[in-house]
Amino acid sequence: MFPRPIQQASPGFRTGYQLFLPIALLIWLLPLLAIFMTSVRPGGDITAGNVFGWPSQWQILDNYAAVFQQSKAMTYLWNSVKITIPTVIIAVSLSCLTGYALSAYRFRWAVPLFFLFVAGNFVPFQILMVPVRDFSVRTGLYDTITGLVLFHAAFQTGFCTLFMRNFMKALPFELIESARIEGVSEIKIFWHIVLPLVRPAIAALAVLIFTFIWNDYFWAVVLINGDDLLPVTAGVRSLNGQFVNQWHLVSAASLLAALPPVLMFFAMQKHFIAGLTLGASKG
Amino acid sequence: MSSTETVPSYSWWKRNRMALSPWLFLVPGLLFFSVYVIAPIFQSILYSFYEWDGLGEKIWIGTRNYEELLDDDRFYTSLKNNVIWLVLYMLAVPIGLGIALFLNQTVTGIRLYKSLFFFPFVISQVVVGLIFGWFYNPSFGIVGKVWEFFGATPPSILGDETLVTYGIIAAGLWPQIAYCMILYLTGLNNVSPDQIEAGRLDNARGWKMLWYIIIPQLKPATFIAVVVTVIGALRSFDLVAIMTQGGPYGSSNVLAYYMFETALSEYGYRMGYGSAIATVLFLIMLVYISYFLWRMYQDEQQ
Amino acid sequence: MLNPSRRLLAALVASAALSAPAFGADLVINFDDLNPDKKAAFDAVVAAFQEANPDMEIEVNNQDREAYKTAIRNFLTADAPDVAAWYPGNRMAPFVNAGLFEPISDLWESEGLNESFASIMPTMTMNGEQWGVPYSYYQWGIYYRADVLEELGVTPPETWDDLLAACTTIDEAGKDCFTIGTKFLWTAAGVFDYLNLRTNGYDFHNALTAGEVSFTDPKVVQVFEHWKELVEPGHFVENHATMSWQDALAPFVSGDAAMYVMGNFAIGAMTEAGLTEDQIGYIPFPTINPDVPRAEDAPADALFIPSGAKNKENGKKFLAFVATPEIQTQWNEAIGQLPPNANATVGDSKFLQQGFETLSTAAGLAQFFDRDAPAEMAKAGMEGFQEFMLNPDRLDKILERLDKVQQRVYR
Repeated sequence: MFPRPIQQASPGFRTGYQLFLPIALLIWLLPLLAIFMTSVRPGGDITAGNVFGWPSQWQILDNYAAVFQQSKAMTYLWNSVKITIPTVIIAVSLSCLTGYALSAYRFRWAVPLFFLFVAGNFVPFQILMVPVRDFSVRTGLYDTITGLVLFHAAFQTGFCTLFMRNFMKALPFELIESARIEGVSEIKIFWHIVLPLVRPAIAALAVLIFTFIWNDYFWAVVLINGDDLLPVTAGVRSLNGQFVNQWHLVSAASLLAALPPVLMFFAMQKHFIAGLTLGASKG
Repeated sequence: MSSTETVPSYSWWKRNRMALSPWLFLVPGLLFFSVYVIAPIFQSILYSFYEWDGLGEKIWIGTRNYEELLDDDRFYTSLKNNVIWLVLYMLAVPIGLGIALFLNQTVTGIRLYKSLFFFPFVISQVVVGLIFGWFYNPSFGIVGKVWEFFGATPPSILGDETLVTYGIIAAGLWPQIAYCMILYLTGLNNVSPDQIEAGRLDNARGWKMLWYIIIPQLKPATFIAVVVTVIGALRSFDLVAIMTQGGPYGSSNVLAYYMFETALSEYGYRMGYGSAIATVLFLIMLVYISYFLWRMYQDEQQ
Repeated sequence: MLNPSRRLLAALVASAALSAPAFGADLVINFDDLNPDKKAAFDAVVAAFQEANPDMEIEVNNQDREAYKTAIRNFLTADAPDVAAWYPGNRMAPFVNAGLFEPISDLWESEGLNESFASIMPTMTMNGEQWGVPYSYYQWGIYYRADVLEELGVTPPETWDDLLAACTTIDEAGKDCFTIGTKFLWTAAGVFDYLNLRTNGYDFHNALTAGEVSFTDPKVVQVFEHWKELVEPGHFVENHATMSWQDALAPFVSGDAAMYVMGNFAIGAMTEAGLTEDQIGYIPFPTINPDVPRAEDAPADALFIPSGAKNKENGKKFLAFVATPEIQTQWNEAIGQLPPNANATVGDSKFLQQGFETLSTAAGLAQFFDRDAPAEMAKAGMEGFQEFMLNPDRLDKILERLDKVQQRVYR
């Protein structure tokens, strides 16, 4: 283990480390702490210059309730759910199929196609913006949740394929081979042998894609117009215009928008980190 | 269906199933990806040779959009800011490593510490932008209060052309450092203990150990950290859109936002010109994509 | 695992159901204001129209103004309503030139709008035709804190020298003369417009926004020289580049800033923030060159008929209804703005009375820099204004850049 375990250090150093840990964390999370404190104080505190200090009054319920009452926060949150969940399902399903095709078969196009998916996953969004928007307008998908979901699912298929293909490549190939020799159909091999084996990958991908899509802002701005269909990221942005000078409400709304992925992360931490760090430990 | 017909077709399928199956599995994903990702790249490049306001006819103007780019101050400002982003965003890699080393211990509660250190990454950039926008506010943000505490006039970070880009990058570094940190924590987990022991026997310690023994073994983590950081830097759209909209007077613009602004904002519907900017951004990214693919290709060969 | 193709099919079907146009509505109106008072006033007008036409089925789509600005480009081509809100002047040019708006000169003729809307007719006219019916307009000028000025013994300035003297007094009292928030740029254009209108006059404003005069013209430089007299001594609040127009209200409300170059729509936000009407005063922007006839910024909001409308006759019926003096009076009374119809009655708030007086005696009414100039020129110009307010010494470079943009935009 590197660095040398702290247990082997001098007692003074050890306590120093233990003391410094929470302080470092406090500094690291200071922005979040500040915004949380802002979200629970009365608006008057901020104009009065009480930004750091103890709130003159705890208004957790009042502030958060005000966000829901005075804005469409509930609609925005629900829209985010309606956008995120179908995207996760479609992207993960599609990439199970593509990942399988690119890992379990040897054919000339396997590597080039795989690289196509990988390359597409890295392109800047802006190069897709005008044509995708134009396509959506022409097909009537512009300003619909369906349109946004279809695009997100297609784009995320790139990343998911990269992930799935690499994961499946590491599966015991002999299992598939022997099933083929026994005459099991390809679909059945995929369904009964491969899918159960990639469950951890599916879980990891689902959590990651959930977070990516929930946090998307750009495509919501490009493909959605009506206030009624905005996801919570874009919604919070427009609340910022509505709650002018009401930083306590803006803060509360921001924290609400950030909450679902945070909960998701803490609930599914293992899968999340496994997903993010795939490839970080081996070439 | 009569059996005389199905038997030959069944055997035809049987003969060819290994060749056809992968394509059947690929069709839905490939179709989706082609329509929404691959085809638009070429369409955008094509559009960049047109003048088009999104309403009327597209007019072919050859390379005029690119000629205009070469004479556009805003474009150069954005390009320069992109370079600053690329360079400074790279700080996330060493800082992430530093925090990972700091947290790579087995004291009680360390797992919770690791999660809490990581979790800025999970928060939407929109929220990060709002948090830091407020943080920097000279009249009632934290920065303003700290400056006042020392009796100085607080700087207007987001209103000053010399500071604004650095202010936004600092906000972007926060989640990016967390990401790099988690990559390195995983990498550190897999560093071979034998080599560390061997190093210790050779009297390597501290910096020497880190430089000659640990960092080489962290190469895969470093590679991924650099790749995601480069891509993050070039995709820097959300923070600019939320914190400054490229202002004041375009001084914090980056290509990703400038493209959006020219093509789709209240004051411009120049789809062709926007596509030209996007094409330039794409070409820059292509350098990194090619490098990444080349590295992957090397791995595939092994 | 869900079957992805079935999933997809279901999604496609769902989308088709969502995007299907509403059948049967005899009149579809797209409107662009969700602010509570503005929305309520509009709904009341629609209700009155419904009452007059009980058999007509009316559908209203109301949207936030910023979102509407991008939405209109899509719905005009894809799914046009029968009536759409938009702005006159150069802002309507792209749609007029793309053939997306229907000319309604016949309506202007038959309803006698040529007379009752004579003063606003030029901004609604393009290529020799009229394209819409304005429902409201409002004055710009200087709003000041009456109580603060009184306390400092300053009388509301009438001339440029008065203004400079007033600012010096206000600054010496430790306050800011002007508040402004230039984050979204257009507020700076208000200041520029007035300095330009007072220095060079109405015709020059039109020539400049039409691209007939270059920005490096000595007359434009002179405008900036005047502006410098306000910027260099620090007569504007600091940090204006990070504030929106609403953020900039804070120092005005707290009394730390005394004046605000603004449109009359801000009155609502000022009183909501706790000021009484007695604390607020209005004056037209002071005279700079007494030989230049006084012209004002007075942006109008209007209703148009898209050329793709399915029920154009009903659309015209609605526009004719909106043009009547009664509706113009009722609507503008409710939103605290001015009726463009000369036969309508102006609301009795003191700001409306003063505003009406100011505008009806003006030598010319400009729309606003960002409505009179083409969108790209407007954007570049306003960025230049903001840069100038922060770095007045860069004037030459800014003007050269604006000339470059101008040459391209008006090509």
